[in-house]
Amino acid sequence: MLQGFFALFNFRDALDYLPALLQGALVSIEMTVCVMALSLVFGLVVALARLARLRAVRLAAGFYVEVVRGTPAMLQLFYIYFVLPALGVNIPPFGAGVVALTVNYAAYLSEVYRAGIQAVSRGQVEAALALGMSRTLRMRLVILPQAIRIVVPPLGNYFISLFKDTALASTITVKELIFSGQIIAATNFQYFTIFTIAGAIYLALSYPGSLGVQFLERRMRVGYRRRAAVVGAAPALLT
Amino acid sequence: MIRLERVNKSFGHLRVLREVSLEVKKGEVVCVIGPSGAGKSTLLRCINHLESVDSGTIYLDDQPVYRFTRDGKVTTDPERRIEALRCEVGMVFQSFNLFPHLTALENIMLAPMHVRREPREAARVNALALLAKVGLSDKVDAYPQELSGGQQQRVAIARALAMRPQAMLFDEVTSALDPELIGEVLRVMRQLAAEGMTMLIVTHEMGFARDVADRVIFMADGVVVEEGPPEVIFTRPRHERTRQFLQSILDRGA
Repeated sequence: MLQGFFALFNFRDALDYLPALLQGALVSIEMTVCVMALSLVFGLVVALARLARLRAVRLAAGFYVEVVRGTPAMLQLFYIYFVLPALGVNIPPFGAGVVALTVNYAAYLSEVYRAGIQAVSRGQVEAALALGMSRTLRMRLVILPQAIRIVVPPLGNYFISLFKDTALASTITVKELIFSGQIIAATNFQYFTIFTIAGAIYLALSYPGSLGVQFLERRMRVGYRRRAAVVGAAPALLT
Repeated sequence: MIRLERVNKSFGHLRVLREVSLEVKKGEVVCVIGPSGAGKSTLLRCINHLESVDSGTIYLDDQPVYRFTRDGKVTTDPERRIEALRCEVGMVFQSFNLFPHLTALENIMLAPMHVRREPREAARVNALALLAKVGLSDKVDAYPQELSGGQQQRVAIARALAMRPQAMLFDEVTSALDPELIGEVLRVMRQLAAEGMTMLIVTHEMGFARDVADRVIFMADGVVVEEGPPEVIFTRPRHERTRQFLQSILDRGA
């Protein structure tokens, strides 16, 4: 097995492939950041819409989430890149990838937000009610600040999985990491070497991300404390 | 100040309040006692409309605030009016319900700033004064999680007072506390009573009720069984049900 690896992995050329692959990785990262920033906002909007007072708004938001969850992300991507131009909407590949993945992730993130909002205890809502707060104030001052904190670790996980899902954009000619690899491999058939490097790059970028999520989960468990108190509490946590 | 007229409330088939009528006058301290399941907490929650009533009327300052009738003729006041009413009636919960993401001071300042639209500085000055009043000047920047139950409950009382309510509702505010922490909370409530705050208190602390209450109401099975001055209710209750309840409390203490 290991022998096979060394036989197939072309060390000599690996360094030559690296610049193009890293360039591709940069595009993957750019797309991840754009999509995450947009879907963090739209996901929250959709979550609030699903909890809205107006039934029509709730139904519309629910319909959107179910359509997105019930169809493949790749189909959504193709729809935006190949079908929309027929309707006169032309989006360049990178933009189409960002739009499609945002449509997709906003739906999933809205469910995360919704779970977070509903996880805030009834007692908190009642305390806010008893202080005369309107629906908007309750959401803004009491529920969301707590819900956001609850959803940070799961959002982090989606962030990591989004990074890997940007590979889908290779199908619409975005020169991200996978497609960059395919371009090289198409000329020299060094699939093994190229995709091993690509995999290593994905892993090298994802793994610190999941360590970060684990850190956030631990921070969550500590709860709300003063900074000084958190530092003071740290030794106790280690034991 | 607060008046209930023939209020009924059911959860499914369970009738929690049956034809409950009562009144709390301005400056009066009324304690509600009774076995669990008597409807005491529901009574308080109906007064500031955390629960809707099935029928009957609740008046605040002689203004009927909310009406909900069984026969399908439903007239509810707009939410804004209910929110305005809740500003006038402070509530303290058994489980404190402080906002965990805010410090003690921020907990107290939040509603005055955003609901009453007080300027930040004014809200801060008032919040500091209230923290001093409940004896927690040294916990201004502490988060609820860093406070004992008794301290949390005192912050919760200060938070309710910060809205400058005309009356306060206390829902078994010492029931979740360790015995040694009950005294500090009751002390704050005694002080409030002495200052003339209108208070409706659901409690299991009979000694406290006897000392502080102007009037005691005994409830069982959703009905007001009897009411009167504490010295009458505690020493010579008229109803057998009241006697039984007080006896069971005594037995538990023994």
